[in-house]
Amino acid sequence: MSSTEVPRIITSRFDFDDSHTLARYEATGGYGALRKAIAMDPAAVAEEVRSASLLGRGGAGFPAGVKWGLAPAEVWPRYLVVNGDESEPGTYKDRLLMERDPHQLIEGVLLACYAIGCGQAFLYVRGEMALAQERIAAALNEAYAAGYVGRNILGSSFSVDVVLTWGAGAYIVGEETALIESLEGNRGMPRLKPPFFPAAKGLYMQPTIVNNVETLSNLPWIIDNGGAAFAALGAETSRGTRMFAVSGHVKNPGVFEVEYGVTTFRDLIYSPQYAGGIRDDNAIKAFIPGGASAPWFFEEHLDLPLEKVTVDRAGSMLGSGAIVVMDETTDAVKACLRVVRFFARESCGKCTPCREGTTWLEKILRRILDGYGRPSDLALLMDVCDNISPGIAWPPKQTTICPLGPSAVSPIASAIERFRDEFEARITQADENRTSVPVAFPKAVSHV
Amino acid sequence: MARLTPDNVEIALEIIGRYPRPKSALIPLLHLAQEQDGHVTDEAMAHIAELVGVSAAEVLGTASFYEMFKFEPVGRYMVNICTNISCQLMGGEELLEHAEHTLGIRPGQTTADGLFTIEDVECIAACTEAPCLQVNYRYFHRITNEEFDQLVADLRAGARNDIPAHGTLARVRQRIPVDRRAGVVTPEDTAQPVWLAGSQEAKS
Repeated sequence: MSSTEVPRIITSRFDFDDSHTLARYEATGGYGALRKAIAMDPAAVAEEVRSASLLGRGGAGFPAGVKWGLAPAEVWPRYLVVNGDESEPGTYKDRLLMERDPHQLIEGVLLACYAIGCGQAFLYVRGEMALAQERIAAALNEAYAAGYVGRNILGSSFSVDVVLTWGAGAYIVGEETALIESLEGNRGMPRLKPPFFPAAKGLYMQPTIVNNVETLSNLPWIIDNGGAAFAALGAETSRGTRMFAVSGHVKNPGVFEVEYGVTTFRDLIYSPQYAGGIRDDNAIKAFIPGGASAPWFFEEHLDLPLEKVTVDRAGSMLGSGAIVVMDETTDAVKACLRVVRFFARESCGKCTPCREGTTWLEKILRRILDGYGRPSDLALLMDVCDNISPGIAWPPKQTTICPLGPSAVSPIASAIERFRDEFEARITQADENRTSVPVAFPKAVSHV
Repeated sequence: MARLTPDNVEIALEIIGRYPRPKSALIPLLHLAQEQDGHVTDEAMAHIAELVGVSAAEVLGTASFYEMFKFEPVGRYMVNICTNISCQLMGGEELLEHAEHTLGIRPGQTTADGLFTIEDVECIAACTEAPCLQVNYRYFHRITNEEFDQLVADLRAGARNDIPAHGTLARVRQRIPVDRRAGVVTPEDTAQPVWLAGSQEAKS
């Protein structure tokens, strides 16, 4: 593996204390891509991005260039909405990009607006990220004063306002139609798709491209160096580099930019240049490969590359690059409850399977953990899971408007399947303490 | 108190002016109200409703969806302790319990002196620095019980000027100079953007 020779694309300025300032950004080539782009045909800029095969970095992994092309022709105005509402448990790469290199993001926004023909851009930052809001506000003020944003950018006919806006605490607003609702001043509840695919009917029912912070932060490098140079990095279906956060029971937790599709989970978790292995050299029990919605992975998955298609086929996902490592001392029931509780608290309440289902999953797991578990509880958990997402398949089947509820199902199912003994032991113990009657468990049923 | 001050009305109007539809300014304006009073008052919501042209009930309807808005007085310092998975693995729940003992309150409650409110929150995005917490949305990383007690003591002693009172988020506001404004683009502005004229994109 040659990760040390791979260029740092989006974190290249992170080592500078003043990486967030215009002076540093300009001194390191900043806004060069914008100058280059406005001398090009907008369609050629879009084509350059398409040729990079940049996958969206928000979680779904949809090709960014293709997404741009979904806006219907000749329907104006179009809007660009930047999804900076990062709330996925286990990662905060977008926050780092907003805090430490806000100009890189702003330049990416401008390149996208120029290529797509967006009349106005809205940069939606998560409410809890006060420093990111501050840095972006300061960077936008600098960029406006320097003529990079606003009317007649760098003396050209390209004009666009980039408006900083921010949320107020709701995980679901990371879902793009919920984000649009929030940006319209409403409760952040997802819209039904179809018909409300943002590219066709988004903000104010106009064509709207919603792109993630990390996705857009890649654009200046792509325009500077060419889409082919970007596509030359990484694996066939996962180009370029990507930021992965490794947290939990590792010696050196951190957020790392690595070549996409080449580096393996084992490299990232054990290599001294990354997370450095498990704390106290303990054995690994499980790890979450891509955020709270991802089915858990185990020791046998460590040699898989961090590559979208491979991980999808192995039954989980890379999501937004949030890797959470649990060592052998971890209580699987407790960890499982915490993940479920997150979904129960963050359900927006619009769809019954999610609102009721996640709440009941939490209650049942809570009673198991508290020593009140019943012999029938594991079957009951699986039954509730099956009601939220029939068949408990991967990818999860949808019974709801957005994937939040169905996403809660697979991680729990994967944990119960793997650590059934632990769950049963909790319940047996509970029962012995209370009734001293031996417990008979129903036969394990595979739900996958 | 309560209704937005004349200075804040000026800021509010500037914010509203950046959006194609005034209601889009609702969340930023609710934050402005919370910055002014420490929480969002009924009077402020009625005032915001007037400013953006919706009913007060619609303002409350939106505001009540979002966890950051508080409708009753809270402590000067909102201490948000993360117990989500990465923090749980590294002792976030134990830290929360310690905080409850130190301050003598449960999550959601405020100390009698009005200084501290604690909350048991979902992921606040500092997972590699677990267990972590925020005070008024400013980060504290890898916090031990002793460090927590010291932080509380420092805040009590007024020794943390870097942390503004609850309600203030960014201390820098976006300002778009009038001569640099490209202008709001509303859904009624159906003309093709001028820089696309003659582009292949325009023909496709």
